Amino acid sequence: METYFDLVPLIVILPGIGLLINLFAGKYLGEKGVGIVAVGASVSAFIVSVLLWIALVDADYEPAVVNMPLLGTWIRIPSAGIEIPWQFRVDTLSVTMMLIVTGVGSLIHLYAVGYMHGDERFPRFFVYLNLFLVFMLTLVGGNNFLMMFVGWEGVGLCSFLLIGFWFDKPRGEGWKNSNAARKAFIANRVGDFGLVVGLLLTFWTFGTLDYYKPGEEPIPAAEHAEAETEEPVFAPEVETEAAEEEALGGQLGVFNQAHLWLEEGGHQVNFGLFSMSLEATLTIITLLFLLGATGKSAQIPLFVWLPDAMAGPTPVSALIHAATMVTAGVYMMVRSNVFFHAADATSFVVTVIGATTALMAGFIAMGQWDIKKVLAYSTVSQLGFMVAAVGVGAYAAAMFHLATHAFFKALLFLGSGSVIHGVEHGHHHLHSHGSGGHHHDEPFDAQDMRNMGGLRHRMPITYWTYLIGTLALAGIIPFAGFWSKDEILLDSLRLGTEQGRLDGYYGFVLLLIAAGFTAFYMTRQVALVFWGEPRTEAAAHASESSPTMTIPLIVLAVLSVIGGFMNVPDGFPVLGSLFGVHQLTSWLEHSVVYAHAGSFNALLAVIAVVIALAAIYGGRLIYSDRVLSGLKRDPLETDPRTSRAFALANARLYWDEFYDRTFVRPYRAAAWWLADKLDWGFWHDFVHERLIYGTFQGLTNLLTEPVDRGLIDRTFNGVAEVIRATAARLRTVQTGYVRVYALSVLFGTLLVMLLILFPVLRDLLGM
Amino acid sequence: MEAPEVATELFVLLSAILFALGTLGVLLRRNAILVFMSIELMLNAANLALAAFARQWGNLDGQVLIFFVMTIAAAEVAIGLALIVAIFRTKKSINIDELHLFKH
Repeated sequence: METYFDLVPLIVILPGIGLLINLFAGKYLGEKGVGIVAVGASVSAFIVSVLLWIALVDADYEPAVVNMPLLGTWIRIPSAGIEIPWQFRVDTLSVTMMLIVTGVGSLIHLYAVGYMHGDERFPRFFVYLNLFLVFMLTLVGGNNFLMMFVGWEGVGLCSFLLIGFWFDKPRGEGWKNSNAARKAFIANRVGDFGLVVGLLLTFWTFGTLDYYKPGEEPIPAAEHAEAETEEPVFAPEVETEAAEEEALGGQLGVFNQAHLWLEEGGHQVNFGLFSMSLEATLTIITLLFLLGATGKSAQIPLFVWLPDAMAGPTPVSALIHAATMVTAGVYMMVRSNVFFHAADATSFVVTVIGATTALMAGFIAMGQWDIKKVLAYSTVSQLGFMVAAVGVGAYAAAMFHLATHAFFKALLFLGSGSVIHGVEHGHHHLHSHGSGGHHHDEPFDAQDMRNMGGLRHRMPITYWTYLIGTLALAGIIPFAGFWSKDEILLDSLRLGTEQGRLDGYYGFVLLLIAAGFTAFYMTRQVALVFWGEPRTEAAAHASESSPTMTIPLIVLAVLSVIGGFMNVPDGFPVLGSLFGVHQLTSWLEHSVVYAHAGSFNALLAVIAVVIALAAIYGGRLIYSDRVLSGLKRDPLETDPRTSRAFALANARLYWDEFYDRTFVRPYRAAAWWLADKLDWGFWHDFVHERLIYGTFQGLTNLLTEPVDRGLIDRTFNGVAEVIRATAARLRTVQTGYVRVYALSVLFGTLLVMLLILFPVLRDLLGM
Repeated sequence: MEAPEVATELFVLLSAILFALGTLGVLLRRNAILVFMSIELMLNAANLALAAFARQWGNLDGQVLIFFVMTIAAAEVAIGLALIVAIFRTKKSINIDELHLFKH
């Protein structure tokens, strides 16, 4: 059984093989072959995850560290004592993430085979999807922050590639898509900058980036070990082990080192010119990590990229921009829970950001017309729940919500994709059976909910699964969302009441309202899409999607129903004894030091459910069948009491305009200014034109006139002229008359004779 | 001494006159055959001078040289006449003023 741990590199290698096959042979495999390879790679990675899970249970949750074959040590600088291995960490947290990523990922791969049918770049899409799996699993599977960072940037790349996948759509839509891709990339750059600086600080402080060294186990939280004695053997044993390692001078991973130093107290981090207490350093590190998380997990202030990211194909929205990649920030913060626990100030900021984001995005979602935009803002909102959970110290609850959200949000996105597909199909159906009369060239938006309505008859499977997803998201008992949301609410309230922390109350109130918003906007969406009667011909002719698309929907719907039972709070009647209590929490406790179980508060649960039900009921009242049938404008828009609020939500609270005014335009102006003054004015006109070109030309002029033309040319031309003139004269000698030649021979002979006889003649003449 | 000998100077003078006549013939005549004959005249003028000097010095060297010159002259005549015949066949003329193909 031990050997299962050694399989962990396969989790990255298998999707890697899949992507290589599709990259090089995708053209020849055809859609079916590409689909089999991609889905096979994903499913086999899921099987590996399951095997790791089994291995972990068998090993009594003892984490394992496995080196990547062939790669071994990645960065080694012996003189500085730096050694960063390419290592995977199999512990309960990473396996949880792996299961979610590969499990939901496999379903979405399968769905995408149906969704992308007929796309001209079908193989490329699956290459990207498998590449995403490679990076995402590197992110969650690594045993050090640097591997996480590699995955972090890699998934960002995949996100960019997939958002802009349809960059060549006609009518300017391609531009819109590629702009959205760039927006996502740039917004993430801002966050990644924070993460990089945070990682550098971490390295400076601890001298390593490993979470835990091989063989090292997390030291449990002090109060935790004392308060709960469920595992009396576990805690002391580990502590002696750690102490032993310390005594041996062995280096510890960052988290245990931080833990020990914090317990000792008074540790100073030296920065050369000054030093800072460990607590202050950790606060800075965690704030920088938070900046990274706001980018990747779409929180205020960097969330603006996520709604635009819906330009990508819907399976991408489901996999990357709802279920997995955007939760990387939450995973990172949960992984660093030792840091966050020690940094109170950061926790405060985290809670405020998370809760505010949850409320704000929930508000915007109520005023959107695009079916995917609603879900996008909903995702931002739910990520806010998770981030707020991290802020209030409910790390297990954050992971719980991450898991359930992955189920139901993937379900909803895939459902929306199915709806879009169906409506587009209906539109094409009309097109091909052109009813004549009216022109079909006017643009038709298959994602606009105003063009839908009454789809429950046309697409029953999609409708029922979508309804389940909606109830799960709205937090209706016993669907998955209820349990996780309830735990977050309870934990934030507990932080307020037990420790008198203001951020606990703040989070609780905002999240409760956000939960109400959630139920309302989901009701609105279901009403607009599925209820009432079709408002367009396209909707009336929509058809149910193929089984490759509906099977994942059904599986995810089942998971959305039962997913919550993996962490039933204690004190809950019947279900607790049926499924066991706090399964997920006690599972996570082995790797998340500060994970703690929330208890059940019946009153709070009732309040939350009542609020959700009230929001659903209110939504149904407002979006009644009568209103839906003749819908042109939203009833909230026409009602004078809510029209202003609706306009605000519809305009997305002017975030984009705000950024446009504060960052984009000044940036562009600065860029123009620099281009004009620095690049054109200084570099081109002055340096290149005047200095380099001018000097060069002056010098060459100098060399051309007197030297080249004056001296060299004249010399050679002169010589040539002399030769020419001489030759012209000499030429006349050749007359063609033999007698002339004979005469010259005579003269020559006479001359030679004269020369020979010269001494004789001289003597003769007496000289 | 015997009958008055003709002075060597006279032979040489006659040789010079003949040579000059030959030279003038070569330079002034247009007919190739006459030019040829003039060359023969020049050669024989040289032979006469050689014979005169051989007699003067009682030495056979000059007379031997005459035989060489005559041999060469004979060879020259053979080739030269053959050339003239060949030229006549192509040009239908042996006027050397018309034979200036090499100028062009």
